[in-house]
Amino acid sequence: MVYSGTAFRGSSAVFILIASLAWLSALSSAQGTRQQAASTTREAGLAAWQQVYSVLTTPRCINCHTATNYPEQGDDRHRHLFNVVRGPEGKGVPGLNCATCHQSANADSTGVPGANNWHLAPLSMKWQDTNDNILSSAAVCQSLTDRSKNGSLDGPGILRHHEQEPLVLWAFQPGRRRDGTARSLPPLTHEQLVAVTRTWVDAGMPCPQNP
Amino acid sequence: MSVTTMLSSESGLSRRSFLRVSATAAGGLIVALYFDFPVHAQAPQAKTYPPDAFVHIQRDGKIVIQVNRLEFGQGVQTSLPMVLADEMDADWTQVVAELAPAGDVYKDPVFGIQMVGGSGSIAHSFQQYRELGAKTRAMLVAAASQQWKVPGAQCRTEASVVHGPGGQSATYGELADAAAHVPVPENVSLKKASEFKLIGKETRRLDSRPKCDGSLKFGLDLDLPGMKVAVVAHPPIFGGRPKSIDDRVARGIPGVMDVFEIPTISKGTAVVVVADKFWTAKQARDRLSIDWDFSRIEPADTEQLRAKYKELAATPGNVAVTRGDLSVLDGVSAANRIEAEYEFPYLAHTPMEPLNTTIRFDGDRAEVWAGSQFQTVDQMAIAETLGLKPEQVTFHTEMAGGGFGRRATPDSHVQREAASIAKRYKGIPVKLIWTREDDVQGGYYRPMFAHRIEIGIGADGMPLAWRHVIVGQSLVAGTPFAAMLIKNGVDETAVEGAADNPYEIPNFTVTAHHPTPNVPVLWWRSVGHTHTAFVMETLVDELATHVKTDPIAYRRKLLKPEEKRMRGVLDLMDEKSASWRNHLPEGHAAGVACHECFGTNVACAVDVSIENKRPKIHRVTVAVDCGTAVNPLTIESQFQAGVSFGVSQLMAKGAITFKGGHAEQNNFDGYTPPYIIDAPVAVDVHIVPSKEGPSGCGEPPVPVISPAVVNALFRLTGKRYRTLPLLSL
Amino acid sequence: MQTYKLTVNGQTREVTGDPGTPLLWVLREDLKMTGTKYGCGISACGACTVHLAGVATRSCVVPVSLVGDRPIMTIEGVGEDRVGRAVQDAWVAEDVVQCGYCQSGQIMSAVALLKSRRKPTDEDIEESMGGNICRCGTYVRIRKAIKTAAQQLA
Repeated sequence: MVYSGTAFRGSSAVFILIASLAWLSALSSAQGTRQQAASTTREAGLAAWQQVYSVLTTPRCINCHTATNYPEQGDDRHRHLFNVVRGPEGKGVPGLNCATCHQSANADSTGVPGANNWHLAPLSMKWQDTNDNILSSAAVCQSLTDRSKNGSLDGPGILRHHEQEPLVLWAFQPGRRRDGTARSLPPLTHEQLVAVTRTWVDAGMPCPQNP
Repeated sequence: MSVTTMLSSESGLSRRSFLRVSATAAGGLIVALYFDFPVHAQAPQAKTYPPDAFVHIQRDGKIVIQVNRLEFGQGVQTSLPMVLADEMDADWTQVVAELAPAGDVYKDPVFGIQMVGGSGSIAHSFQQYRELGAKTRAMLVAAASQQWKVPGAQCRTEASVVHGPGGQSATYGELADAAAHVPVPENVSLKKASEFKLIGKETRRLDSRPKCDGSLKFGLDLDLPGMKVAVVAHPPIFGGRPKSIDDRVARGIPGVMDVFEIPTISKGTAVVVVADKFWTAKQARDRLSIDWDFSRIEPADTEQLRAKYKELAATPGNVAVTRGDLSVLDGVSAANRIEAEYEFPYLAHTPMEPLNTTIRFDGDRAEVWAGSQFQTVDQMAIAETLGLKPEQVTFHTEMAGGGFGRRATPDSHVQREAASIAKRYKGIPVKLIWTREDDVQGGYYRPMFAHRIEIGIGADGMPLAWRHVIVGQSLVAGTPFAAMLIKNGVDETAVEGAADNPYEIPNFTVTAHHPTPNVPVLWWRSVGHTHTAFVMETLVDELATHVKTDPIAYRRKLLKPEEKRMRGVLDLMDEKSASWRNHLPEGHAAGVACHECFGTNVACAVDVSIENKRPKIHRVTVAVDCGTAVNPLTIESQFQAGVSFGVSQLMAKGAITFKGGHAEQNNFDGYTPPYIIDAPVAVDVHIVPSKEGPSGCGEPPVPVISPAVVNALFRLTGKRYRTLPLLSL
Repeated sequence: MQTYKLTVNGQTREVTGDPGTPLLWVLREDLKMTGTKYGCGISACGACTVHLAGVATRSCVVPVSLVGDRPIMTIEGVGEDRVGRAVQDAWVAEDVVQCGYCQSGQIMSAVALLKSRRKPTDEDIEESMGGNICRCGTYVRIRKAIKTAAQQLA
C-alpha cells in the first residue's frame, strides 16, 4: 500500500482513519494469506532444498567442498592425486597451486577441467567430514545458511552464487576426461538448480530437522 | 644382471669368457657368452686399448675423454674421467667428457660388450681407465723428453704440464701433436693410492650445470633437419595382431604422413603413425580404431598367477643350492618353526625420460641416436633389421633420463621398432617415441615372485634348517644369456641374494620354478636382490625377535666367519646410528638390514614412524663397502637417491597388475613412484675406507631399504609384512 | 589451425597449430626449446613445469589456446632471474642431479616456492615440491639445495 505524502485537513483525517482501518484489515488478511502461503511454501521449500542438496553432493561440486587438507577428484571422489594440498587460501601452495594445472576453461585435449579462479571452497563450507563422508542434508543446509560460514551471503546472495559463480557453472559443463569420455553431470541442469534455489530462498531457506 | 655376483661368488669360476657374435645363415643372430677371467677381476686386461680412442688433447689444452658407458644418472660420466685424468696428471678444469659411440674399443673389458649394468662400470673399467691415463701421460712425457733431449724419468707432470729437469715446461696442449706420434707403451706403472689427486676426492659432476639450465639434450630432445616422429599402437595383449585398422580419422589429421604395420615383440604386430610432430602422431595413434586378434594368445591375469605361484611354491623346484640334511626340519617343534609365504608384484622401471630412438637410414649406412645401456646388442639388432652390417651403423650414445635396467634389452625391441620404421624413410631421420602409457603398459617388468620358506630354529636360536622355494619368471630363458645364467634349470638372477646368502645355515636348500606367463620381463635395478633381500632380511629379523636378540647382534652371530666385509658395514652402521637408534621419539622405531650384491656390502638402519597410514622414513644411516671409493660425492648420491628409489617397492600403488592380458595401470596415476614425501627425509652415508678394487654402487642401495623399513614397522604395529607393495597400514 | 603470439622468456614468438596442442609441445617442437621435459603428459610428474605469469604451471596439460597473453618463463630463461640463478647455483653446489631429466621441473617449482617463501620450512618444501617426481630419488639433496638457495637469497 502506498501512501502519498500529501498533507491533509479535517475531513481528510476521517479519510485517513478509514483508510488506516482498511489498510490494517487488509494487512492482517494479507498476513493470513502469507502465513497460509508460507506453510505450503515451507514444504515446497524443503522439497526444493532436497533438490539443491542433490546437486551440491554430486562429485562435480562436493569434490572441492572437503573438510580436509586436500580436494577430491573423480566420480569415486578419491583423494586428488599428485599430493596437491589446500594451502592457506584454498588455492594450493607455491609451486603446486590449483592454477598449476587448472586453467580458466576446460582443456579437453588433455583432460584437465578448468574454470575461472579454480580453488577449494573454504573449510567453513565443508560438506563432508574428515573421513570424506558426505554430511547430512540437515547439516549441509545449516552450514549453507550460516552467514558466519558462507561468506556472509543472504538468500539472494546464495541465489546469485548459484546463478553466476564460474565454478558452479562449470559443474554443468565439466568437460572431458583424458580418455575422451565426458564427466558425469549433476542430476539437475543449471537452470533447474537456479529454479529450485529460488524456490527454497523464497520459502525462507528452510532446513530439514536433523534426521 | 647377476653375472658379477656369480663371478664374485665362491662357486668356483675359472672358466673362460668372451662374447662371440655371429650371424646365422638364416640372418638371425647368435650371441654366445662364455666366461673367461679370474674371480674378483682386476686382472690384467687381455686387450690393449688405444689411448687415442679415449683421450683427445686439444691444442688449447682441453682434454676430451670418451666414456665407454651410458650416463643415466649414476655419475660415471664424471668418475671414469676422474680415473683417467688422475693417472694422466691432467688439469681437471680442462676435462670434457663425452659418451662414446658404439665401438669395439668401448666394450666392457669383462663382459665383452658395450653396456651398463650389473653395477659394473667402475668395477670393470677402473683398471682400464687408469692404464689409459698412465699411457697418455707416458706419451706426453716421451714427447717432451724427446724435444728437450732429457731422460723421461727426470720429467714430472702436474695439472696438464710436463716439467723438465732444467726448468723446461710444456703444456699438454702444446705437446699433443708430438705425443700422437709416440708409440703407445706396452706397460706403464700406475700411481700408488697415496699419489691420487682426484680418485677418492669428492668431485662435483661435470654434467650438473647443463642439466640445470635446460641446455643438455637427452635422446628425446634430439632435433634434426627434416625429422619425423613415430608413435606406435601396440597390441593390448602381448603377441596380438590387428585384424582390421580404421585409420580414416588418424590420416585426416594435418601433419600425419603414414599409418602402417610393423612386427613387434612376442611375435605380435603393431601399428605405427608417422607425423611431423609428436602431438600430431600421438593424437592420430589415439584415434586409430583397431580390431585386434588375440586368438591363441594367453592373457596374463595377476589373480590367476598368484594362485598358481602359491601352489608351485608349495612344491620343490629345480635345485639352486643344497647342503646338509633338510630332514632335520621334520624334527623341529612348531614353536621353533617359522613358515612364511611372500609375494612380490610386477614392477615397471618408468625412467623419467620415456623410451625413444632416432634413426636415419641411408640405404648403405644408418645413423642412430639412442640412450642405450646395450650399444653392441642394439647396434647389431638395428643392423639386422636394416639389412646392414653392424659396422655400417653409426650409433651415438645419448645422455639418458634414467634407465634402471630398462634400456638394456637383450631383444633390442625398441630399437628394432625404430629400425623397421626408419627403413621406410630413406634419408629422413625418424624419432620413435614411446609415450608414458606405452612405457607403463609395454612389458619388460621385474617379474612377479612368490617365496615359500620353512625354517627350523636350533636350540642356540640360530636357523638349523632352511628350506626355500622361489617361483618367478626367468629373465634370460630364450635369450643369449641363458647358457651363462641358467644352471640346472635355475635362472641365477631369480635366486641371487638367497642361494648365496652370507649366513651360516648348516642345512639349507633353495629351489626354483620358472613359469612362463605371457609377460615380457627384464632386470630391474638390483634384479633378484629386489625380492631375495626383502625375504632374507625380514626373516633374519623374525629370527632375532624369536630369540629376543638385538637384530644387529643376531646378524653378527649368524654371519659366516669369512664375511668380514659384511661385518665391517654392520659395525660402521651400528656406530653411526647407535646414538639416534637409542633415542627415538614416541611413535618411532628403528629397523635394520644388510645385503651384498654385485660385490658391494651395505648395511642400513632406518627411523620410521607412521603418518597418514604410510611409513614415514625420517632418517637412514647407510654404511657401504665398495672397495676403493673413486668419487665419494657420487657414492653418497647413489645411496641417498638409491634408497629413495628402493622405496618404490613399498608404495601403495607400486605394482603392475594384469587383468585380461594387459596391465591395469597406464601412467603415474595408477603406478606411482615415490614422491618427496614418500622418500627418506635425511640419509647419511658412510664409506668403509678400503684399498680393494672398486665395486659398484648403482644397485646396492636398492635391496636394503624395504626390509629395513618393514622391520621397523613390525616394532610399531606388531605385524610382519610379507606381501609387497605395502598397502594401507 | 590457429596462430598464437607467445611471450617466452621476454621474447615474442609466433606459432601456428592445433589449439589443443599442449604448451609443452609447442615449446619443444615449434620453438625448439627442449629444456622443458615430457615425463608423463598427465601433470603427475612436474617435469614440464614452466611459469605462466609467475605461477608454476604444468605445460603438458595446458593447451596453447588457453595461454593468452600471460608471459611464459622456462628453464632456459629462469637463470636471468635472481631467485632462479640462486636455485641453479645451489643445485650445482649441492651436486643435486643424477640423470637430470626431472630437474628442469624441480628447479621451476623450487623457484616458485622461494619467490613466495624466503625461509621455507621442511613442511613448505614437502608441500611445494610434493608433486614433482624424481625417479632417481635425489630428494635428499633437493631439500638441501632449496635451503642453500634460501640462505644465499637472504
